[in-house]
Amino acid sequence: MSGRDAILGNIRRGLGRGGPLDGAARAACEERLRAHRPVLIPARAQRPHDEQVALFVAMATEAAASVARVAGADDVPAAVAAFLDQGGYPRRAVIAPAQAVSGLDWAAAGIEVEARAARNGDRASVTPAFAGIAETGTLMLLSGPDSPTTLNFLPDAHVVVLDAARIVGPYEDAWAWLRRERGLPLPRTVNWISGPSRSADIEQKLQMGAHGPIQLHIVLVGD
Amino acid sequence: MHITSPSFKANARAALADAPLQRALGNLRAGFPGKRAAAVARLPEFEALRDAARDLKNHILEHLDFYLETFEANVKQHGGQVHWARDAEEARQIILGLCQQAGAKTVTKGKSMITEEIGLNDYLAQHGIEPIETDLGEYILQLRGEHPSHIIAPAIHVNLDQVSDAFHAHHGRYGKTERQTEPRQLMNEAREILRDKFLAADVGITGANFCIAETGTTVIVTNEGNGDLTQTLPRVHIAVTSIEKVVPTLEDATLLHRLLSRSATGQEIEVYGTWSSGPRRPGDPDGPSEYHVVLLDNGRSNMLGSEFQDMLRCIRCSACMNHCPVYGAIGGHAYGWVYPGPMGSVLTPQFIGIENAANLPNASTFCGRCESVCPVRIPLPKLMRHWRAREYEKHLTPQGFRFGLGVWAWCVRRPALYRRLTRIGACVLKVLGGKTGRIRSLPLAGGWTAWRDLPAPQGRTFFEQWAERRPGGGR
Repeated sequence: MSGRDAILGNIRRGLGRGGPLDGAARAACEERLRAHRPVLIPARAQRPHDEQVALFVAMATEAAASVARVAGADDVPAAVAAFLDQGGYPRRAVIAPAQAVSGLDWAAAGIEVEARAARNGDRASVTPAFAGIAETGTLMLLSGPDSPTTLNFLPDAHVVVLDAARIVGPYEDAWAWLRRERGLPLPRTVNWISGPSRSADIEQKLQMGAHGPIQLHIVLVGD
Repeated sequence: MHITSPSFKANARAALADAPLQRALGNLRAGFPGKRAAAVARLPEFEALRDAARDLKNHILEHLDFYLETFEANVKQHGGQVHWARDAEEARQIILGLCQQAGAKTVTKGKSMITEEIGLNDYLAQHGIEPIETDLGEYILQLRGEHPSHIIAPAIHVNLDQVSDAFHAHHGRYGKTERQTEPRQLMNEAREILRDKFLAADVGITGANFCIAETGTTVIVTNEGNGDLTQTLPRVHIAVTSIEKVVPTLEDATLLHRLLSRSATGQEIEVYGTWSSGPRRPGDPDGPSEYHVVLLDNGRSNMLGSEFQDMLRCIRCSACMNHCPVYGAIGGHAYGWVYPGPMGSVLTPQFIGIENAANLPNASTFCGRCESVCPVRIPLPKLMRHWRAREYEKHLTPQGFRFGLGVWAWCVRRPALYRRLTRIGACVLKVLGGKTGRIRSLPLAGGWTAWRDLPAPQGRTFFEQWAERRPGGGR
């Protein structure tokens, strides 16, 4: 007997069932999978949009991300330049090929960019976000040809461009958008990111920048 | 891993006398409980979320076969593979086979307790494949030749100077000859050295906190980002997990997310929640070309339908051990196997046999703090009591204890005698307590009074007080 059959058989024995789930019970589970109903959404994630934007900024800041707000997409390169200068980084970045980022006028801000996956030694990256989740100041990023995953983890500084209109209250709203706008299957990787990398593994003392980015900077566009 | 659970009492005595360990445990007691309490206080829905999580996990367990089959079908649909492992040996063989197929020389690893459970590192090393732990805590332990003493803070028992020593002893070959003494510098050194390991590895092995049936997704929850580099850079990603980690939908995994980090470290949410569905897609510029999920049973399916089924709700947050006075006094290694603390006292007898682990379910005062903080409301004291019953049935309990229990049972079946004896006992103890109300030594109770005073009863038994307080009084 294969491991698979042995394990499933033992599960069914334990549950007092002779064979696979069937009938009404199976239909109920299938319906549950289709409905993907939210279970319980905290009140803090169910406020009007302007309050969600404020909550997102507060929670992201608490998670040790820095947030810069700009009026429009055209203002993003200058904001990124200011961040790079302040952190002592060269005015150079590896960016996601996504139009929302690669379509910006980086040269005007004096930033040299390359659109590609990250390599060891890259100091700073710029990527788009699919959504921002106000509940905990969490970014949701999707992998794909337009947005290589390595950009989120290898560079020392990760800059994320987020449209304020893409901020939702709870995580569930971001899943709903993802299902509606992209459908299944999910992208290969969905990344939830809340602040920069950290570890407290040495004597429970928190240190930023363990293996991933030491700094996470969010450029929030519009209001 | 060498099992030392049978010598738990000696382990515990040694731990209590171990000054550096006691200093390190002070960090734990001062940290996690307060942080959890603060996070819980900020979320008014926390208790309702715990109820919902308990109900969700119960629903999953009742339909576990269905959700596992659904998960498997959806992983396959994205081009991934699912491997079912009945026990630790089968899991090791499957993983070794995948590594050999990939021609792997080195394997990077994200933090995974399941790979501890199956003893993967030693096995890979024996077969010529070098496993490299990349979680900072796990990396420190690998250099020190140790196993985790805590399920989410594996190196909690290690002090700063010990980390300095380990790095100084092992990092010379990378040109790092200066002994670093600051946590910041030590972490930077590990970051630099492990970067090259991430880039050179042929296979990346991670655990999975959740497996989502609806989408065929595995989820890891981390703060360092090492798990992400582990699974993104090598050509092959293997997620090693166990059958009870499956959840139906993204929304269900989200519910458990709201509880996990708050219960564990007191964070609102982990830094990185990574949801992986299959290998690299057409046009993807990065990510693994192969994606495998190893589903381990290792006795878990035997717990279904038994008095231990509730334990399968566990999401491995560590709140129970963080709040346990016994764990806080002796640390994780004393428990003698992979899983320490209250959750380990329930799981370990299941995995290594009650005859090897009979002391563990007794290593509890049943104070109930573990159950009171468990995000999925596992009745841990009750489950430990079930193990004590099994221990008794198997005649593993010590003779003296069995005799004492027999005497008590004889008395308690004779209520009049029992009440008279307890009344006499309470009076005698009150006299012994004297003015201070505390007893410093007592025949037959040396095990207690050697370590602390026994508070003396105030002279009246429970029955007497009960009779008086009942409406109408009397009996």
